[in-house]
Parts: sequence; C-alpha cells; structure tokens
Amino acid sequence: MPKGFVVIDKERCKGCGLCVAACPFGVLAITSELNPYGYAVAGVIAPEKCTGCAMCAQMCPDVAIEVYRAVKEGV
Amino acid sequence: MSVTEVKVPAGYVPVYTKPKSLSEARFTYCPGCHHGIITRLVAEAIDELGIQERTVGIAPVGCAVFLSDFFRCDFVQAAHGRACAVATGIKRANPDLIVFSYQGDGDLAAIGTAETVHAANRGENITVIFVNNQIYGMTGGEMAPTTLPGMRTVTTPEGRDVRTTGYPLRMSEMLAQLDGPSYITRQAVFDVRHVQMAKKAIIKAFKNQIEGKGFSLVEIVAACPTNLRVSPVEGNKWVVEQALKYFPLGDLKVRD
Repeated sequence: MPKGFVVIDKERCKGCGLCVAACPFGVLAITSELNPYGYAVAGVIAPEKCTGCAMCAQMCPDVAIEVYRAVKEGV
Repeated sequence: MSVTEVKVPAGYVPVYTKPKSLSEARFTYCPGCHHGIITRLVAEAIDELGIQERTVGIAPVGCAVFLSDFFRCDFVQAAHGRACAVATGIKRANPDLIVFSYQGDGDLAAIGTAETVHAANRGENITVIFVNNQIYGMTGGEMAPTTLPGMRTVTTPEGRDVRTTGYPLRMSEMLAQLDGPSYITRQAVFDVRHVQMAKKAIIKAFKNQIEGKGFSLVEIVAACPTNLRVSPVEGNKWVVEQALKYFPLGDLKVRD
C-alpha cells in the first residue's frame, strides 16, 4: 500500500502543470484527458510512488488536489 | 459540487483538503495563475484563525474581481482602487469585524495609490493582500506601474522605457517609510517553501488585526503566465530570475 493517495478534481483542474513540476517523485503528469471546460487535466501516473507530502496540493492554483496519507500501523 | 470519481481507499486520512472558507465555485483565474494560490492561502489563514464568521473581504477591480464567489464570507466589491477606503469605513463602523482587502498592482499601486498610502499612514487596523504581478492582467496585459524596465507588454511592445514611463513602483518600500503601518512584508509563491512562508505572513497580518496592532500589508510577487506568454512553470522561473531582482523578498517593517 503506497504511503500517499492523491485525488484530483478534474472539473477544477486547468492543466497548468504546476503540480507535476512540484512533485518530487513523478507521481503526476498532464494526461490527454479533457475535462468539460476543454483543459487537458493532470492525472496520477505512478500512484505507488506517492508519499502524501502534499507538495502538489500546496502549488495547485485551483484547489483541485486533495491528499491522503496511509495511517501507520501500530500507532 | 463536482463529483470525484476516485474513491479514497480505507486506511487513509486526509493530509490536505480544500479550505472550508472557500465555496465550490471554480476559480476564474487563468491556468497557472498565482492568484489561485494566494486566494487559497487567504482562505487557509481564515480557517486556521477561526474568523470566517466575522470576516469581510473587499474585492478589487482586476483578475480577483469575482472573489466574492470563491469565499464563504461577506464581501464588498469596491470601486477601482478604493478597497482600502471601503475597508476603513467597514472597520471603523464595526471594529469587531475582521476586514481584509485583496488587491492587484493595477488597483493598489496605480489608481488606488492615494487611498492605500493614506490608509497606511493613518494606521487603519486592516489587512491588505497585495498581489504584484507587474501587469494589468484582466484587461489584456497593459503596462502597470510595477512593470519591470524593458518588460514587454501590449502597451510597451518595445519594452518599458524608463525615460518616458518611469521606474517600477516599489509600493512596500514606500509604505514602510511611514509611521502608520505595523507590518509590511514582501513574499512570493513560486515554490512550496515560499508558499509556506507567504501563508505565515498572511496569518501574521490577520493576527495583527485581531490584536489591534494596525495596518498590515502582505505584498506577494506573482507571475501572470498568460500575459507573459510563457507556460506556468516558466512563469515561476520568471519570478525568480526577473521579478525578484527588482522586488527583493523579506519583511520591510515589523512593529511589535
């Protein structure tokens, strides 16, 4: 189970790519998928690498990213 | 609310979710605009201080004109440049309210210079968020007072010529010379570290108002990738390589 989990609100995303540049692990990329407003949105291409650091969400100018982190076992 | 198709699996807890002070409305900013980050930081600051119920925002004329749609708090749309004057009125009439204005450089540093300087000089107990992107974004990318020397805009196609149009106005340095303001700082949001620093500055500016310390202004050097005609990632680079040379970051005035 990866440490982090990213949810992208595809309707809010405008495909600017700031999250892709901010992610230190290459989890995200701009995909060819278009949203109803015609923007090519960001998507998760390598979910297993996500650590839940939320750097993508910190840089997102459209508040389109929610980040979750796995609960540590035994804590 | 837009429905998220992805379901969060069991065993995960939220690390970052949308601030409660923001509504469901999509931002009307261009892709990659720093306004979006700054708007979110203001909402996060309001959430963290727990002041949503008594906050009144003043929206400017400019790219942030639809702020009232984005926030879940009261808003007044001021005439161009007059946000500080409107904020003064609201704060004086009802000192229990937390009043902030959110203005761009065309609003605060051009048509609203007089209102801003005098509100600062009187030390009005308000918070001002000043987004300096060195251009008039909404109207199509004309030269602003803060436009850098040699910078190409639609009204200075050969680059800003300081012999005819003057030099970029360093608003924060100017206001820091006055006795009225209690906190003047300049921040940026081109990377995660600076986003965090900007957030701290915004929270401090709101706290100053809660504690009755007086006028606080947070200037944020931003990029307008659309009118710079570069990609959002290159826009961040532009802030570091060009804008910060003229607008160095840091606290310009802190009065305790």
